[in-house]
Amino acid sequence: MNYNWNWRIFFEPAPNGTGTYLDMLLSGLVLTIETALVAWIIALVTGSIIGVFRSLPSKTANRIAFAYVEFFRNMPLLVQLFLWFFVLPELLPRSAGLWMKQMSNAPFYTAAIGIGLFMSARVAVQLAAGIGSLPRGQMQAATALGLTTSQSYRYVLLPMAFRIVLPPLTSEFLSTIKNTSVAITIGLIELTGQARAMQEFSFQVFEAFTGATLLYLLINIVVVIGMRFLERAVAVPGYITGK
Amino acid sequence: MESLRMMSLAVAAAVFATQASAQELTGTLKKVKESGTITVGYRDSSIPFSYLDDNQKPIGFAIDICRVIVDGVKSELKLDKLQVEFTPVTSSTRIPLLANGTIDLECGSTTNNPERLKQVAFTNTHFLTATRFVSKKANKLDMIDDLKGKSVASSSGTTNIKQLTEANAARNLGINIIPAKEHAESFLMVETDRAVAAVLDDILLASFVAGSKDPGAYVISKDAFSKPEPYGIMMRKDDPAFKKVVDAATSALYRSADGQKLYDKWFMQKIPPKGLNLNTPIGAELKHEFANPSDSPDPDSYKAM
Amino acid sequence: MFANFDFDVIRRSFGYLFLDGMTFTLTLTALGALGGLIFGTMIALMRLSGYKLLGRIAGLYVDLMRSLPLVLVIFWFYFLVPYIGQWLTGASRPVRVGAFTSCLVTFILFEAAYFSEIMRAGIQSISKGQPAAASALGMTYSQSMRYIVLPQAFRNMLPVLLTQTIVLFQDTSLVYVLSIPDFLGAASKVAQRDGRLVEMYLFAAIVYFAISCFASYGVRRLQARISIVR
Repeated sequence: MNYNWNWRIFFEPAPNGTGTYLDMLLSGLVLTIETALVAWIIALVTGSIIGVFRSLPSKTANRIAFAYVEFFRNMPLLVQLFLWFFVLPELLPRSAGLWMKQMSNAPFYTAAIGIGLFMSARVAVQLAAGIGSLPRGQMQAATALGLTTSQSYRYVLLPMAFRIVLPPLTSEFLSTIKNTSVAITIGLIELTGQARAMQEFSFQVFEAFTGATLLYLLINIVVVIGMRFLERAVAVPGYITGK
Repeated sequence: MESLRMMSLAVAAAVFATQASAQELTGTLKKVKESGTITVGYRDSSIPFSYLDDNQKPIGFAIDICRVIVDGVKSELKLDKLQVEFTPVTSSTRIPLLANGTIDLECGSTTNNPERLKQVAFTNTHFLTATRFVSKKANKLDMIDDLKGKSVASSSGTTNIKQLTEANAARNLGINIIPAKEHAESFLMVETDRAVAAVLDDILLASFVAGSKDPGAYVISKDAFSKPEPYGIMMRKDDPAFKKVVDAATSALYRSADGQKLYDKWFMQKIPPKGLNLNTPIGAELKHEFANPSDSPDPDSYKAM
Repeated sequence: MFANFDFDVIRRSFGYLFLDGMTFTLTLTALGALGGLIFGTMIALMRLSGYKLLGRIAGLYVDLMRSLPLVLVIFWFYFLVPYIGQWLTGASRPVRVGAFTSCLVTFILFEAAYFSEIMRAGIQSISKGQPAAASALGMTYSQSMRYIVLPQAFRNMLPVLLTQTIVLFQDTSLVYVLSIPDFLGAASKVAQRDGRLVEMYLFAAIVYFAISCFASYGVRRLQARISIVR
């Protein structure tokens, strides 16, 4: 293989003047984590609302949830980001569109919201399945105690359902982190974007991508271990909560 | 087309003269001979060097040069048929794809500089252009320092984005750099007000402005990020036999009257797909270089005598 | 709102979008799913084989692929596959691999990690008595897998496998980052050339949506039918 390996490249100064190539990758890592966290909060909040809608006895609520989930699940994430980034500002009144486009962090907000909504459909499906897996007696008992529907969800169903779906939610969170890389197409320079930039500036393709790969593995390991502790802490006695 | 054929004949003759016939083939020449195929990397939107026409076929000044090179390779190898395959590349993928053998020639708007020469080789220069920025006239931006604190687009993987990054760091401008995948995307960022300016080679900027819906609305900065730098067709490095053939083909082309004709075809006449005329007469430096073809990465070596 | 839109741009580029772009996307999806399923099944069998080392290698592979974003993997393989080819064939230089083949290899290797998890669940869902009965009948391991276990695992997991294929169909759009003209790549090339982002991206969204919706509706029908038979 006629390729000039140079692992010391990570410690050589990068042209952006803020440090070495390793610093470049690390700043990408930070942006990846920030984007993923904001996106995950959006996904959890909207996903929970839609998930509850999916499980409510109301037909209208079911239909809204169904349409929502289908809308966000049946388009590639990349296309959704393009819709938010390139299409939406053009459909708004000119001044609003211009304001959106000239926000200095436009790629970050677009990515966080776009990925958040994309993931919310998945969270909704998981949560609805979790609620559906609870024995019917729980809701009946709550009603018998005189709780309203919202109270039964708040105090009985959701606390159980969230603990049950924690393992699948972990993997959805990992997907959220990975999906942030799609945002390089709208100009977000997260970890994959920084690896690409490092490759372009230094011509060390494989070192750059190896660096990014190791950092992604590191995030995964940290998240998996962290979630394992959380799962153990909140496990419902008598329930099999995955591993 | 007739002139193209004449060109190839002239080139074939030139190549024939420099041929070392009994030598064992190596590198790209060997690969091309064995596979009967040569792969050309092209760009989506380096107008008028290498871009897609209405039928999504690659065309342009650099593509025509590459056709001449391919003819040179074909007669060097004494092949009856040489299949040409086209593969799309971006500024970001072109160098790795050349290194890993996906493409054999990169025909576009690639700046020849000493850094890249450590990775790849370039044949004789086919254009000279400086890095500048385009913005909307209404924004009244003229100097690089006017971009302070603003969002500016540039294509990822180019010398342009690197020079912008370096200027940003050196002058402490706090510019928010938006990397785009393609030059057309960089310009669209300005057209749609995503960015106040796009930093690219001035010839590419000129062609985007000319092709835009309202050419009068844009202005290209006088202030430049770089001297006029040479463009070359890119190939793998450490392949002297192939480089010799390619250099001979381009040198014969540029020296002949066909070189000027080819230049005029793309810069002085209407070009597809929109019938645009760039009206950019050949500069004294490039004219001088065409008479004395050079593959030097040094911008100063192209000063017209 | 749509007054200054130019929807004619879609009609003008229809042939390019569908004959070139969509053909690329669908071929990549179909071959990627098939290859991913075959390779994924092999990985699943390795993990369940009982050979510790083999199982651990397969497990590491799956964990690695599932930890990485597809965009990064696409970049990796586009630059790496020719070198892998050189290494495999012992050639003196990197093997020239076209854009399509490179993408296909990428998707097969990447999706195999996901397909293998599905097939592993499918194989584990078959009761132990079945392979035991097969071996009592004198079948070898490969015979019992081939004729007894895998066909059932595949059938049970068919809806999940098809759902994963729809995900794959959507994921192929990411080859956009390489400027390869798949459906989205073709749409974006036209969009940028003509300055018609809004029209082209809306149209691309509708097409992806329609195909995915139609396919997932089909999967739901299939699921309903299978669950009745069972």
